[in-house]
Amino acid sequence: MAAPTSNKLILPRYRRDPEGTHPPLDSPGYRSTGLRHPKQPLVLLPQMLTEVTGPLLGPGRIGEQDNDLTRQHAEEPQGQRILVHGRLLDGDGRGIPDSLIEIWQANAGGRYRHIGDNWPAPLDPNFDGVGRTITDSAGRYEFTTIKPGAYPWKNHDNAWRPAHIHFSVFGQAFTQRLVTQMYFPDDPLFFQDPIFNSIPDEKARQRMISRFDYSRTTDHWALGFEFDIVVRGREASVFEDEEDE
Amino acid sequence: MTTPSQTVGPYLAIGLPWDDGPTVVPEGTPGAVWIRGVVTDGERNPVPDAMIETWQADPQGRFDHPDDPRGRVEGFRGFGRCPTKPDGSYAILTLLPGTIPGEGGATQAPHIDVSVFARGLLNRVVTRVYFPENTAANAADPVLKSVPADRRGTLVAEKTEDGYRFDVRLQGEAETVFFDV
Repeated sequence: MAAPTSNKLILPRYRRDPEGTHPPLDSPGYRSTGLRHPKQPLVLLPQMLTEVTGPLLGPGRIGEQDNDLTRQHAEEPQGQRILVHGRLLDGDGRGIPDSLIEIWQANAGGRYRHIGDNWPAPLDPNFDGVGRTITDSAGRYEFTTIKPGAYPWKNHDNAWRPAHIHFSVFGQAFTQRLVTQMYFPDDPLFFQDPIFNSIPDEKARQRMISRFDYSRTTDHWALGFEFDIVVRGREASVFEDEEDE
Repeated sequence: MTTPSQTVGPYLAIGLPWDDGPTVVPEGTPGAVWIRGVVTDGERNPVPDAMIETWQADPQGRFDHPDDPRGRVEGFRGFGRCPTKPDGSYAILTLLPGTIPGEGGATQAPHIDVSVFARGLLNRVVTRVYFPENTAANAADPVLKSVPADRRGTLVAEKTEDGYRFDVRLQGEAETVFFDV
């Protein structure tokens, strides 16, 4: 098979995250991990072309109102209107431009518009809980939505999920793909939540909590919250010599 | 400092699926193949609330990405996304990737990178699909060679009538090989 050749492959490398940044796949406190975590050790995958590239999903993916979850129906949803904004950054603090961000969340009563959610809080006919946007040239994004409610689940006795918004980001490379949850400051439910507490490193855990932002709070309109999402950073470029063909 | 990963939870289906997610290329594209499979847990039960994402080169082994050092080739999305059904199944329609340069002048056998997300997975798990007809290229592939021989088979899809079958066994007997990227 003839492979495309070049004299040099110049590939970026993405730094590994410090131990404790991400949750162990086997986290017994979160019961659903029990039968779903791999038991064999992960095999180290060197970063090659497939890993240092990734889908660049542009504006064709989103509609005009997709970043305003309060305007997707004829009427406004119930609940506390909020503005969630921030930047998508790489590990060196550089904004990642033109990158797709997707969010989904429960309504103000803590209920998801999903057939499997049987929690007896009412659905809101004016709220789907789904948003998308593309970061601007500085990596900034913003969503207008309502503050999601906490909700009970069956993980342990009297288990409640702290209010959260699911975030899905791509960055620029397969290595940077990240799905996380954004939490709200001072939530009294953190102490008993095994998903939030699955992050071993205390400082890393705190990075999932948004910051109340009075400067982006709009008088008589919405409370502001700031949430930066940081994906893995690059090492300096590596030059690989290839034999001349 | 990197933001930690969290599970997609049980309700990813309201937020992440796209109508055209499973079709990396439109139906009817000449040469397109279906990659189908089932995601199962440690008791062999189907995982009905997972999502598969795929990322790959085009048939010439090129990527629509500026960090492809040979230059970006536009037009092939290279990305697929499919939530699992109640029976744990998924299906992605795509073109077979080409051979891809590896390290030090070596080549990599054609492959597709796969991410699996689900309730109960606090982070995605990553695997690769290889293709059974590329016997020699697979035998020489640096990543496949780094996997214990008795587990390599979990990364090689099976040929089917309309494409390939690639099951994902999250845990237990014949557990799929997952990678640390």
